[in-house]
Amino acid sequence: MSARVEVVVAERGVDVAFDVAEGETVALLGPNGAGKSTTLAVLGGLLRPDGGHVVLDGEELTGPARWVAPHARRTALLAQDPLLFPHLSVLENVAFGPRSTGAGRRAARESAARWLAEVDAADLAERRPAQLSGGQAQRVAVARALAAEPRLLLLDEPMAALDVAVAPALRTLLRRVLAERTTVVVTHHVLDALLLADRVVVLDGGRVVEQGATADVLSRPRSAFAARFAGLNLVAGTATPDGVRRPDGLLLHGTPGDPPPVAGSPAVAVFRPSAVAVHAKPPGGSPRNALPVVVSELEPLGDLVRVRAGELAADVTIASVAELGLAPGVAVTFVVKATEVDVYARGFHDR
Amino acid sequence: MSHTRHVGLPRWLFVPALLAGAFVVLPVVAMTTRIAWADFPSLVTSEAARSALLLSLKTSTASTVLCLLLGIPLASVLARSEGRWIGVLRSLVLLPLVLPPVVGGIALLSAFGRQGLLGGELEALGIRIAFTSVAVVLAQTFVSLPFLVVSLEGALRTAGERYDVVAASLGARPTTVLRRVTLPLVLPGLASGAVLAFARSLGEFGATITFAGSLEGTTRTLPLLIYNLRVTDADAAVAMSLVLVVVAVLVIGLVRPKGSL
Repeated sequence: MSARVEVVVAERGVDVAFDVAEGETVALLGPNGAGKSTTLAVLGGLLRPDGGHVVLDGEELTGPARWVAPHARRTALLAQDPLLFPHLSVLENVAFGPRSTGAGRRAARESAARWLAEVDAADLAERRPAQLSGGQAQRVAVARALAAEPRLLLLDEPMAALDVAVAPALRTLLRRVLAERTTVVVTHHVLDALLLADRVVVLDGGRVVEQGATADVLSRPRSAFAARFAGLNLVAGTATPDGVRRPDGLLLHGTPGDPPPVAGSPAVAVFRPSAVAVHAKPPGGSPRNALPVVVSELEPLGDLVRVRAGELAADVTIASVAELGLAPGVAVTFVVKATEVDVYARGFHDR
Repeated sequence: MSHTRHVGLPRWLFVPALLAGAFVVLPVVAMTTRIAWADFPSLVTSEAARSALLLSLKTSTASTVLCLLLGIPLASVLARSEGRWIGVLRSLVLLPLVLPPVVGGIALLSAFGRQGLLGGELEALGIRIAFTSVAVVLAQTFVSLPFLVVSLEGALRTAGERYDVVAASLGARPTTVLRRVTLPLVLPGLASGAVLAFARSLGEFGATITFAGSLEGTTRTLPLLIYNLRVTDADAAVAMSLVLVVVAVLVIGLVRPKGSL
């Protein structure tokens, strides 16, 4: 199911257009008020735009002369809060979609049980939503959305209301179930975009300011927001048992994150610029990672200086800049401890 | 036992609060002191008393059902719509709450009476409403409907639309959403609204006597019987009043869901 989206809402100053390919997950990024929620509301049929189209799999859902009601769109919505129906059991919640779209009681319950198993929540089937933790409830909400067999899945900051401790597990789950699904996800978190989305669309002030493959946009951000949003060093390559090997053969040691990569599969090493030390010469005999780079740019960052070297960045003190004689064109070595490097499995479709 | 301290409630407030409670309870208690207990069983089981009580329960049940049938759609529309006309409609629906019931009875007579606005049409269909049991039910529904609508509309507004949106996104048609999500979520509000409507119907007097008259067995409900007996047989009036108090307390106390109203 591919989707074509054009949204014009004059009142909110939104004028946005993008495509979602079949089976693709697109992340909508952008500061508050950029138009992300408005776009999602138009996709779900909750808001009728002043102009534009929503075309899903060749069928026009929203257009100048056409508007399909939310229930007839098959665009399931998963919001920040799980919003499980409090008067229904977990199983009945998940069976709600199939029941509403005409499945018999028995078939709906069977389908619900299957989806609960899919999200590892089969043992919660008979509970009431009030008896679930936040993470469990969101897991069930995922099963409920999927059980409705949506043509397009809409996720509105699905991890934002969760504890830091349980977010990784849900992220892993979403990564698994979204793999072959056409999905639009609004997020504020760089890891969500990195691990869930094939492509990102960056909105700012109601306009698309940047779009492209996730790794491209986050490692070579062209918009100010994407750069700020990323704020991270990203080294893409192939997973090894203890790190990531860059295409040029350089090995970066790191600690496996959640989800852990499988050796030989695409992976990314992620580390903060503040974790990078800059050395004039490669430090010998050290277990730390050394990346030979050429400084491309220096920019002030509070009382630090951000040293950019191509796609990588290091934050150092002004004293270090003076001491090392840093300037564009100078060859140096970026050094980062293995404990500061997180290694993640990379997007499903390496476009 | 631990107690939650209510910060910011001045102690002197308890004095007028107790006074208010006493003001409501004292007259009812006083009434029980006037009861001729020796004659009580025969007074409340007389033919007239039993027929009035039965009629009251029947008509109040019927009017509560009618309130639900009409009030649920009205409250839903009021809670989920916007615009100036909805505001006007909301105010008009509250009219029976502030109108003297006698005026309500005259209004009903003007609409459904033989000489009324629809009297001719109803007559042509062979339907006579005024001074029948149907008139009693209509009078009770007229005064009780706002109780149900206000209670339910408040509950619907508090519940919000978020669950409805999710249900629709899962493929549920508007009717399915209303039946399986919206109404079940406001069940406590709906129940307390229905109980209030029933209680108000049970106590209805002014509109009933104006629109339906006071015919034993047909339109003479318990409040009307009590009013009749008040002059001729004061003991019986007091005894029947106690019966009405007991029924009212049972309805409010037993049927009312916990934590609502």
